[in-house]
Amino acid sequence: MTIKLGVPSKGRLMEKTFDWFGARGVKLSRSGSDREYAGAVEGVEDVSLVLLSAGEIPRELAAGRIHLGVTGTDLVREKLVQWDQKVEQLAELGFGQADLIVAVPAAWVDVDTLDDLDGAAAAFRARHGFRMRIATKYHRLVRDYLRMGGVADYQLVDSQGATEGTVKNLTAEAIADITSTGETLRANHLKVLAEEPVLRSQATLFRSRAAKLTEADREAMRGLSEMLGV
Amino acid sequence: MGVNFAAEKAEAERLRAVFAEAGAQPLDCAIMQSAETLLDLYGEDIRARAYVTHDPSRGEMMLRPDFTVPVVEMHMSHGADPARYTYAGEVFRRQEEHPERPSEYYQVGYEVFDRGDQAVLDAEVFALFAEVLKPHALRPVTGDIGILTAAVAGLQTSQKRRDALLRHIWRPRRFRALLDRYSGKTPVPATRAAMLAQADPMAKAGPVIGMRSEREIEARIAALRADAAEPALPRGQVELIDAVLAVRETCSFALEHLRDIAVDMPALLPALETFERRCDALSARGIDVAELDFEASYGRSSMEYYDGFAFGFVCESRPDLPPIATGGRYDALTRRLGGGQEIPAVGGVIRPGILLEVAR
Repeated sequence: MTIKLGVPSKGRLMEKTFDWFGARGVKLSRSGSDREYAGAVEGVEDVSLVLLSAGEIPRELAAGRIHLGVTGTDLVREKLVQWDQKVEQLAELGFGQADLIVAVPAAWVDVDTLDDLDGAAAAFRARHGFRMRIATKYHRLVRDYLRMGGVADYQLVDSQGATEGTVKNLTAEAIADITSTGETLRANHLKVLAEEPVLRSQATLFRSRAAKLTEADREAMRGLSEMLGV
Repeated sequence: MGVNFAAEKAEAERLRAVFAEAGAQPLDCAIMQSAETLLDLYGEDIRARAYVTHDPSRGEMMLRPDFTVPVVEMHMSHGADPARYTYAGEVFRRQEEHPERPSEYYQVGYEVFDRGDQAVLDAEVFALFAEVLKPHALRPVTGDIGILTAAVAGLQTSQKRRDALLRHIWRPRRFRALLDRYSGKTPVPATRAAMLAQADPMAKAGPVIGMRSEREIEARIAALRADAAEPALPRGQVELIDAVLAVRETCSFALEHLRDIAVDMPALLPALETFERRCDALSARGIDVAELDFEASYGRSSMEYYDGFAFGFVCESRPDLPPIATGGRYDALTRRLGGGQEIPAVGGVIRPGILLEVAR
C-alpha cells in the first residue's frame, strides 16, 4: 500500500501545487503524455500521485479513497456535510485565494450590509410578489451565511456559470459567487457587500479522516509530514 | 434510533385511534407537496431541513416535512366548520446538523379548527396530549408567543420599526440586532450614515440594472431617512422586552410576574387576560397550573410559526432526544394559506418513534 495524494489535474492550480511540494523536496510530476492523468512522486517513499478534478477531491477524501488531497476550502465546505469530521486541514498553501461574496447592483446605494439586504428583500417581495432571487452555485454555504445574518424573504436560484450576468438578464436580483479580483463584478455593475465574505478560500492540503492506514502507511505519512513541515 | 419501523407504525396507529376516539376525524395527505407553498411560507431555510425533488411537469416537489400545511390546505378548501382532525404518517427531514437522528419518522397529530373560545380550545389540546403522554413521565413546557407580540406592538416607536420586529419574532438573533439598533446600543452602520449624508445618493449610482427599479431604491432611501429621524427607542422599553423574554417559571408565578411588567407596559394586558383564561381552562381540565412550566421565549424556532399558545413535552433524562410532542396555536398560518379566509387553529404532534424509545 502507498499513501495516495490527490492533486488538481490541470492548470495553474496543479502547477502551483507542484511548486509548493517541490519547494519542500517532494517532486511531483505528470508522467507520460500531456493527455494522460498519471503522475510520479520523487524524493519520498511510498507516496503515489492521483490527478483529479479539484471538484472531485472533497468527495474522494470523504470516502477515504485518497489519504491526502489539495483543493479549495470553498469546495470542501460546500460539498461535505460536517466537513471537519471527514477531513483535517493540514496546511494552507498560500495560493488560489478567492472569496465567496454576496454582490448586488452598484446602483443599490441603499444596500451595503446584510441588514440592508434583508430590508430590501422584504420591500422587494411586497412589491413584486416573489422572494428576492440570489444566483449562486454555493447553495449550502450561502444559505447558512444568510440565515446567520438574519436575512429572510430571499430565494437561491442555481447558476453554474456566468453568474455575474444574471442580474442584467433579469433572472436574479443579486449574486453570491467566488471572486478573486472584483473586475468582473465592476464590469457587470455589481458591488460586494461591506460585510465579512461568506468564506475566504484558498488552496489547502487536507487529510482524510476516513482513509485506512497500514503500519507501513503510517510510517510513510510521518516521513511525508516531516518533509512538508505539516 | 433503536426502534424499528413496524413498531413505530403500530404505535402511530394506536395514538391516532386514541385521537379519533377523542372526536377527531382521521385524514391522510400526499407525501409529495408543492415546494413553492412551503418555501413561500418558511423561506429558503427549509431547504436545509426538507428533501426537494423535481418533477418534469409539476416542478419542484418536497417530501412533506410536516402535516400542518397540507392539513390546513385541505381544511380551507373543503373542511367542516368547526372541525377536529387526526393523522398518522411519515415525515421527512434532512439531518445535516444531527446525522445520528432519523430522516424519516412518524408523526401523529391532533388539530382543531374552531372559532370558539380560544383559551378553552388551547386547554382541550394540551390536556388531551397530557393525558395520552401520562404514562411516560415527561416534562411539559408551555409558552405564548402572543405575549411577546403584544409587547412589541406596545413599544413606543414607529409602526415600521414595530413591523420589522414582528417580522423577525421567530429569528431571535435578528430580533435582538434590531432592538440594539433602534435603541442606539449599536451605532448606525458607517455605510448608511455616509449614504444619508448625501443630498442625492443616487447622483453617482451608475446604471440601474435588474428588476429592482430606481423608484424602489428611492423609496427605501426615504424610509431610511425617516427612520434616522426617529428618536431612539428608550432603554427602559428594551428592558421591558428583556423582562418579558426572561420570564421562566410556573404558570401561576409567570402570570403574576408578567402582570407586574404590565404596570409599565399596559399593552400586555389583553394577552395576559388570554393567558389567565387559558390557565383557568387548563385547571378546569385537571391540569395543575401551579406546577406547569411557562417560558415566555418558548416556541420561537423558525420552523413552527406558532403565534399564540405553544407547548412541548420533553424527556428530562434524555437531553439528546428532540421533544416527544410539540404543538401550539397557528392562526396566522391559516391566514397566509387561506387566500383571504382565516380560521383559528390549534394542534400538536407526537413522535411515536421517540415515545417508544423513551418507554424502553
